[in-house]
Amino acid sequence: MSDAVSALQGKLAPGEVTIREAGLRGMITLRGDLSDRGPRSVCKSLTGVAFPEQGKANVDGEKGLCWMSPDEVLLLMPYGEVGDALAAIEKALKSKHYLAEKVSDARALIHVEGAFAREVMAKLAPVDLHPGTFGPGDFRRTRLGQVAAAFWMRDEDTFAVICFRSVAEYAFDLLAESAKAGAVGHFVEG
Amino acid sequence: MLILHCPYCGVDADETDLHAGGEAHLKRQGPGSSDAQFEDYLFMRENPKGVHFERWRHVYGCGKWFLAARCTSTLEVFGTYSAQTTEPPQDIKDAISAKRPGWTWGNYS
Amino acid sequence: MSTRLADQGRLVNKNKAVSFTFNGKHLQGFEGDTLASALLANDQMLVGRSFKYHRPRGVVASWAEEPNGLINMGKGGTFEPNQRITTTELFEGLSATSQNHWPSLEFDVGAINAALSRFLPAGFYYKMFMYPRPFWKHVYEPFIRQSAGLGKAPKDRDADTYEHFNVHVDVLVVGGGIAGLAAAQAAGERGARVLLVEQTAHWGGRAAVDSPEIDGQPAAEWIKSTVQALEKMDNVAIRTRCMGAGVYDHGYALAYERLTDHAPEIDGPRHRLWRIRAKQIVTATGAIERPLSFAGNDIPGVLLASAVRDYVVNYGVSIGDRTVVVTNNDDAYRTAIILKQAGLDVPAIVDARAQAAGPLIDQARELGIRVELGKGIASVKGGKRVTGVGICTQAGEGAVLEEIACDCVAMSGGWSPVVHLWSHCGGKLIWDADQVMFRPDPERAPTGDKGQPFVATAGIANGHLFTAEVVGDGWAAGRAAAKAAGHMKKGGQAPLGHDVEEGPISPVWLMPQGAGQALRAKAWLDFQNDVKVSDVQLAAQEGFESVEHAKRYTTLGMATDQGKLSNINGLAVLSKSLNADIPDVGTTTFRPPYTPISMGAIAGAARGPMFQPVRKTPMSDWHNANGADNEPVGQWRRPYAYVRPGETVHDAVNREVKNTRENLGLLDASTLGKLIVKGPDAGKFLDMMYTNMMSTLPVGKCRYGLMCSENGFLMDDGVVVRMAEDTWLCHTTTGGAERIHAHMEDWLQCEWWDWKVYVANVTEQYAQIAVVGPNARKVLRKLGGMDVSAEALPFMQWAEGKIGDFDARVFRISFSGELSYEIAVPAGQGQAFWDALMAAGEEFGVMPYGTECLHILRAEKGFIMIGDETDGTVIPQDLNLQWALSKKKEDYLGKRAHERSHMADPNRWKLVGLETVDGSVLPDGAYAIADGTNENGQKNTQGRVTSTYYSANLDRGIAMGLVRNGPDRMGEVIEFNKVDGTTIAAKIIDPVFYDKDGEKQNV
Repeated sequence: MSDAVSALQGKLAPGEVTIREAGLRGMITLRGDLSDRGPRSVCKSLTGVAFPEQGKANVDGEKGLCWMSPDEVLLLMPYGEVGDALAAIEKALKSKHYLAEKVSDARALIHVEGAFAREVMAKLAPVDLHPGTFGPGDFRRTRLGQVAAAFWMRDEDTFAVICFRSVAEYAFDLLAESAKAGAVGHFVEG
Repeated sequence: MLILHCPYCGVDADETDLHAGGEAHLKRQGPGSSDAQFEDYLFMRENPKGVHFERWRHVYGCGKWFLAARCTSTLEVFGTYSAQTTEPPQDIKDAISAKRPGWTWGNYS
Repeated sequence: MSTRLADQGRLVNKNKAVSFTFNGKHLQGFEGDTLASALLANDQMLVGRSFKYHRPRGVVASWAEEPNGLINMGKGGTFEPNQRITTTELFEGLSATSQNHWPSLEFDVGAINAALSRFLPAGFYYKMFMYPRPFWKHVYEPFIRQSAGLGKAPKDRDADTYEHFNVHVDVLVVGGGIAGLAAAQAAGERGARVLLVEQTAHWGGRAAVDSPEIDGQPAAEWIKSTVQALEKMDNVAIRTRCMGAGVYDHGYALAYERLTDHAPEIDGPRHRLWRIRAKQIVTATGAIERPLSFAGNDIPGVLLASAVRDYVVNYGVSIGDRTVVVTNNDDAYRTAIILKQAGLDVPAIVDARAQAAGPLIDQARELGIRVELGKGIASVKGGKRVTGVGICTQAGEGAVLEEIACDCVAMSGGWSPVVHLWSHCGGKLIWDADQVMFRPDPERAPTGDKGQPFVATAGIANGHLFTAEVVGDGWAAGRAAAKAAGHMKKGGQAPLGHDVEEGPISPVWLMPQGAGQALRAKAWLDFQNDVKVSDVQLAAQEGFESVEHAKRYTTLGMATDQGKLSNINGLAVLSKSLNADIPDVGTTTFRPPYTPISMGAIAGAARGPMFQPVRKTPMSDWHNANGADNEPVGQWRRPYAYVRPGETVHDAVNREVKNTRENLGLLDASTLGKLIVKGPDAGKFLDMMYTNMMSTLPVGKCRYGLMCSENGFLMDDGVVVRMAEDTWLCHTTTGGAERIHAHMEDWLQCEWWDWKVYVANVTEQYAQIAVVGPNARKVLRKLGGMDVSAEALPFMQWAEGKIGDFDARVFRISFSGELSYEIAVPAGQGQAFWDALMAAGEEFGVMPYGTECLHILRAEKGFIMIGDETDGTVIPQDLNLQWALSKKKEDYLGKRAHERSHMADPNRWKLVGLETVDGSVLPDGAYAIADGTNENGQKNTQGRVTSTYYSANLDRGIAMGLVRNGPDRMGEVIEFNKVDGTTIAAKIIDPVFYDKDGEKQNV
């Protein structure tokens, strides 16, 4: 099998807030009855994290679960593990109505790292990013500039942003430009 | 610019995250319907000044369609609710009655 | 003359000179000056010309309400017209030129309009340019275009950058005067998240100039300590140079922050547009002083009384040596007192009120200022500068009692609260007859998503003119807003203000009261747009009784200042003319933004390459490096053709067309939508979505499908693939992936929510490459892997396996009529797979081909294209696609609609091939002409061209079109129009031009 490449192949815009394409990440979209034990437990066993509540993401290293909608969850894992994971899902949910699709290549993952990462995000997304409202563990699907995106916080100073592969360059450049423009000085630590 | 509460993901979404889908509670007419019924279904809309029921999709968010009861002149939102219903639920109707006594819309009041 | 005073000017640093140029002249001001104060300090009173009559115009005001001081600023990439000198902070090297004059500011040919002003009354343009009709195009419009517009449009791309910032707060306070500061503090102490924005660079508003007492200290001290307290509060953010621009539905507000206008050397964005979501908004936006309407009130040197003292106190600039103050209220006496105390001469205070008494009047008299009660100004003397005034009795008709020499007139007609932000989102006003002002009606506030009031005004903006009321009102508004936003913490005490007592104002809408036509025609209301008292009266006379009509007829308040000075005076004149009360006439609509904001701020980051997202496939970079001439398809950029050195685009297309038919072509088809539809009810669902039957498609097979809207019109097409017993893959058009995905979700969520179906859009998971041409199988065999023989993988089947090293799904489908495989690999391997095909294909004559070649190949085969053959009004029957309309199915989207009488009409325009008699290419979109004309005298039509190309394979033009009863008229020659008025003859033929039996694709 030929080596796969991520959308921006690790593109980097260093600065006080650094924008970094995080490379390949395994992703599976799973749709089904998420109140059911079946999908919840296969999600947990594949990622090792608790099943997320509404509007939350539980991410640990490369693995994690993001709450996408009442009947959709996004599984994160190393890129190479997706094939086995899909097989495991099929085995576990064989008798149930569900849909599981590999979407690793359909997406780009971009990290926004640095002191005023919150403000870089707030320049582009119509979301309340005040530290008292949005923090690590929260997950939001919204728009970034003019494209759909989803994001969560890896820690106080780092956002992980997912967008479609075709607009990865647009999203990256927008984030890089916003980072380069500097801090607003609004979300002051306190 | 409106804010509507998405009943599916719990987000108070900006209008820019939403897509408007026209009037709610249309009854689909398929083969076998009369010309008048089909015309009603395709083209005839309430277009009220005041209480209105609408379809919205949280398109940049969870992707779900939901329904909203809203005043078209003041933009007051009486409530948002599941799209998987054929008529406005009682709690929504009560919420409207509390604010707009005597309201009517289509066959509802 | 206007000049710099020795010891006033609280905002300027006289130790720091700043150089700038005005109309090429080198001048000096001080750090802290506005451009207006610096120009005035250099005795540059004349700053522009009015729009219509080109009258000389001087500074009238000291901040955003200034109507006259508009200049072109900067050069090249930073050039910008219509910059307001009163809101432009001076910086080293600033370069400004005045506007709306030719050849020079001092001598302007356009001023001839002023001499003709009798012939240019209100509505002149409407009346004059109506007849004769043909004159409009050749005489009037060119003339108007020549003289239209204020300032010059920039020629270069804007060199600055801009950004947006989204923020959610409990309480937004607009205005950093004492009311706003008190509101922010009160809300902050209650625990609310507060944002306070102030449009100037300084806190305190008017109180900083007039310096009343607050909490027992001078206002300046209170302002300083309050700002310090706010800076210490974590839950309060404060911003200067940030104007509350607009208030919108559900608590949305825009603020416009000017980051580098005052200091262009600072790196970073020039403007930031704050997109604010506030639970509550307090507008503490102050008030604007009204001019008085007397003859010659537009002559340079006539200013608002408050502006005259602003220039003295803030910038140490005196407008003139001798200032006559004219007023109908006590407040203007402050100007006289300040001027006198600064050692300047005030020959008289002309007070229109018959009686006036109080401490301010006493103080003025004690300073030796002559106070004339019951008097008015009959007219101002002077041309480019005031030289004197004629005094008359206010109650009379303007007989001059006395002329007083002066070089400045300070006028005050009272104060109008800035209600703009309150009104933007529906807040209503009441007329306060005692204070002679419109102020917000607290009972009719703008309402939010729960029906709750979400805007409150405070301070002067709320009609409270006195310090004690202002700070108390601000404090109360802040507390109430915090409470309404859910914050109830106990706070401190309200600040206490102290005022000098003032007597009542008396309304004066015309000076003198009985001014005749000659005086009224020189009494300006709108200085920028040249609207006078007489124009508004004429509008009323001619029947423009609605204030909105009178505004448009006279252009009152339609200039760049949006009537900040003129609106109230204008509607008072209108109401008098109509014999109506002011509140019955009402105001025009206040619309955002409060003052103009830059286009750059509105665009934010959306400019240049980021104006719109450009979607890229995994192979887009390769295409661009290999001659791709792109065309936009939605947000995608797809190669139209790959142009080689020395080729034209047309040459490249022809080469690709021939090569694909003769050898081997590769098409990047990654943009085609790919939707997975899965579930026990997926077949039933797809039978509703498509006009043809999809539930019976065997696993492993592909079927071309049509989708109609509920209206019956074709909305998309594509190949549907049965992946597994419960899983289908639906291909959509390039532009259709998101739209069709949304369409499916709509029906699943809102109509058939009990059906067990899930849909996922996996378009971007795969790079899809069409391998097309007689050598297609050869190249795949060379790469090795799965069996792609005709037997193992016949036409309209698919298989999953390896092609070379790649995991691939291979679909044996063809949009070209050639032997063709569409191969999907994970997007991450798309480029590698493309490279592998290019390398392996070299010996088979491989060439990439673009969308134009794709179009020509499909048109040669008579295949329709959504968006070419369809336009939202075309049904499958029009395209002879009846075969794809299932007769077995009881229902599918569009089926009922097809029974409607017009849809079933046998005379609809239907798809045919078109062949020009002379072999040339038909113009795209051309209409087929029929006999006779319609009711508009236009030629009747009987069809139109939907697709037209030059076919290199056939060496002639080929086209498809919709023609009335077309399929029944084979062989007939009809005429199509051309833009030059001639026609072109084309024969109706079968739309399949090439390989009618399909022998090439089925090998």
